[in-house]
Amino acid sequence: MATKTARVETITGSSHMPDDTEAAAGSGEPGASPRRVRIPVASVRADAPQFQIAAKNPRRAEIVAGSGFLMAAVGFAGFGAAYWQNYSNFWLAITFSVGFGGLGYGMVIWGKYLMPRGPFSESRHSLAPTQAQREVFIEDFASRGKVAVERRGFLVKALGLASGILGVVLAFPFIRSLGPLPGKTLRQTAWRRGSYLVDITGRRIKTGDLEVGGFTTVFPPDDIGGAYSQTMLIRVDTPPASGYLTPPPQFAKQRATWAPQGYIAFSKVCTHAGCPVGLYQELTKKMLCPCHQSLFDVTDAAIPIFGPAPRPLPQLPLYIDDDGYFRAQDGYDEPVGPGYWERGND
Amino acid sequence: MIDALFTWFDERLGISGSGRKMLNKIFPDHWSFLIGEVALYSFIVLLGTGVFLTLYFVPSSKVVIYEGTYAPLRGQPVSEAFASTLNLSFAVRDGLLMRQMHHWAANIFVGSIVVHMLRIFFTGAFRKPRELNWIVGSTLLILAIFNGFLGYSLPDDLVSGTGIRISFSIVESIPLIGSYAAFFLFGGNFPGNSIVPRFYILHVLVLPAIMVALIGAHLGMLVRQKHTQFPGRGHTPRNVVGSPLWPTFIAKTTGFMFLTVAVTGILSALFQINPVWLYGPYVPYKVSYAVQPDWYMGWLDGALRIMPSWEIVGFGHMIPNVFFPAILLPGITFGVLQMWPFIEARLTGDHAEHQILDRPRDRPKRTAFGAAVFSFYFVLLGASATDVLANYLSISLNVVLTSFRFLAIAVPLIVFPVTYRICKEMQSVPTAGQRKRANIVLRSAVGGYTTVRADQRPGDAVPRVDPLPLDEDVEFVPAMAGIPVVSDDSPAQSRPEEPAPDTSDRPRGGIFRIPRDYR
Repeated sequence: MATKTARVETITGSSHMPDDTEAAAGSGEPGASPRRVRIPVASVRADAPQFQIAAKNPRRAEIVAGSGFLMAAVGFAGFGAAYWQNYSNFWLAITFSVGFGGLGYGMVIWGKYLMPRGPFSESRHSLAPTQAQREVFIEDFASRGKVAVERRGFLVKALGLASGILGVVLAFPFIRSLGPLPGKTLRQTAWRRGSYLVDITGRRIKTGDLEVGGFTTVFPPDDIGGAYSQTMLIRVDTPPASGYLTPPPQFAKQRATWAPQGYIAFSKVCTHAGCPVGLYQELTKKMLCPCHQSLFDVTDAAIPIFGPAPRPLPQLPLYIDDDGYFRAQDGYDEPVGPGYWERGND
Repeated sequence: MIDALFTWFDERLGISGSGRKMLNKIFPDHWSFLIGEVALYSFIVLLGTGVFLTLYFVPSSKVVIYEGTYAPLRGQPVSEAFASTLNLSFAVRDGLLMRQMHHWAANIFVGSIVVHMLRIFFTGAFRKPRELNWIVGSTLLILAIFNGFLGYSLPDDLVSGTGIRISFSIVESIPLIGSYAAFFLFGGNFPGNSIVPRFYILHVLVLPAIMVALIGAHLGMLVRQKHTQFPGRGHTPRNVVGSPLWPTFIAKTTGFMFLTVAVTGILSALFQINPVWLYGPYVPYKVSYAVQPDWYMGWLDGALRIMPSWEIVGFGHMIPNVFFPAILLPGITFGVLQMWPFIEARLTGDHAEHQILDRPRDRPKRTAFGAAVFSFYFVLLGASATDVLANYLSISLNVVLTSFRFLAIAVPLIVFPVTYRICKEMQSVPTAGQRKRANIVLRSAVGGYTTVRADQRPGDAVPRVDPLPLDEDVEFVPAMAGIPVVSDDSPAQSRPEEPAPDTSDRPRGGIFRIPRDYR
């Protein structure tokens, strides 16, 4: 101990003993003694209040803590039995928890009531070195650097070149290999001119398959279950005299024949965050997305009338072929689903 | 034998020198320091139960026909991930317990990090010299939230699959790189076959490894810089007051670890969590009603819901709607969070070292600001339940949504001045926050009334004594050896050098009931 104290007293910034960092830092502070505060053993009275235990009745605390451990023994034994007998999760979990609970309770009681209650303190010193120490370090660092690095400008540049190329080429396997480029996949779905509308089992949908107010999820035959080509086919109404549902004025010409015989089809991918817009309210003729409650008006080109969705659901142009099957006049004329940077106005 | 073994190691590693000091390392006794321990110990539960789960979980989206013991789904096409989750829940003994404990521990983990962070924030523990540890800690919070999301996405069930769909759209919404980032992260367009294996390796290896390293750094810095402490008798910036590592703190904290395990186990016994067999396997065209993420993602979901339907379009490009609530909002949130120590130092001009904690009431502006910000996220969390609330309260969804849009702005604006006012009021009452002692009114046989003060509560009766400096030269054992066995015939009151409990600042009056422990 004496040698150590001596070392602390003469310490400079060059000490590397981890034990001494604190003392070293402390020695630099104004007013702080470089010596540790010594408290001779004799001066700490055995009956100092800090060394008393918190329990008024140690015997009782011991019984309480001990019963916690006994409870733990019972709990763990019960866990073993429950496992052996293949009891339900409830019994496994309860016995397990009784075991750990007893263990924890006993130890906390032990530590709280049967050990010196304190409070004790330890000294704390600022970790910040003195200005002098810092200067010595920086000076040392810089002077070695001058010798080793600064005079070898060519080597530094060559090293930088090699590392730079490595950095760039590493990006290829680590980033480029992760997946294909988006390409056109976000703009196009599997719907093509003439695609049949089939349900999840692959059955083609015919006129009369749905009641008025009924709806079903349809796919093109080559992408059944597809995340982007999923489409809601709704029989909104009995067919009006023209045979087609009347589109809202802004689409009067373009979508005049898109909804034959009271059937209409919208993309089922929400334009907000991509959830399936899976709920159709027959009475109000609205589609609701269950994720964030965007509401789309089926009678008004699926324009969002409530919630966070910013764009209408794209509409799939339909026709009915000579055999009475529903088919797509064409694919969607705009990207389905949520927005992305390259999307723009289309 | 143990002596020889220890000597063997000590001669090679030199344990005794610094070990001796380590035994005396002081841990403050204040209860609020336990919250960080909850986080640490629930992380240990996560590691233990997580290793168990990896033995049975199959990270694959390959479709198989489920033939397991859960009858309602038998014969259905499901992914291997989903099938193995069912298998480890129903066919592996203890599997359901481990799975439920894992999920509960994840919720406790993130929750305790948040509460721990609130404690650090409101008491100013992040100030110099602890800014770095604040950054490490808040990084851990971000990673914990992210890893929680990855974890509950793994079973490939209908609810979490919808969450993945939404997260794909969120990544896609990042300006400039969004669609590329989404394709590279998910291995192609949604859904693809790479999500489950990629999320798996991130969830079980990459993120936990980073988190273990950061937790190590967090605790290492804590040991090096030593704990902060509340103001109190004998507490100075030059010391730490509390219990020594060995034996007191070790006993208490190990016990506390077991209690954390026990609580996690009890939750797993009594409360079912994430029953994926009820949700069914994920298929992209199906969706279930009342889709809510785990609570720590709830504020993001709420923000997505109450965001007005705006998006920016122009010059052939688009900044989608989800960018604002799901990228920009968390970006600002976590950015400000991480930079807070520097922001506050800039605002207050306070660049000094602080080892003594603030009482929140003494820093009314910070406290009011923190409470207002926290209330904002609390409203967002509530907003993630708009559909459930509308259903439960039988009011229109529109009303609920509009109310939440209003509340998200109004509540913080109300919380700030109210908190500020409360802090100011508490400052003017010196005994605020201290437990009052009951006055007991007794009626005598003749009908007269007398008032006596109740005994102190056991916790309050601990006398405040000066801390005893535990430096290397204090011999713990000889001092303890001299402890007289305290028993009934040497009551606590007769201990020497023990100042009477300081009751002068306790107010008279109080609750009018006789405490159960009144004798």
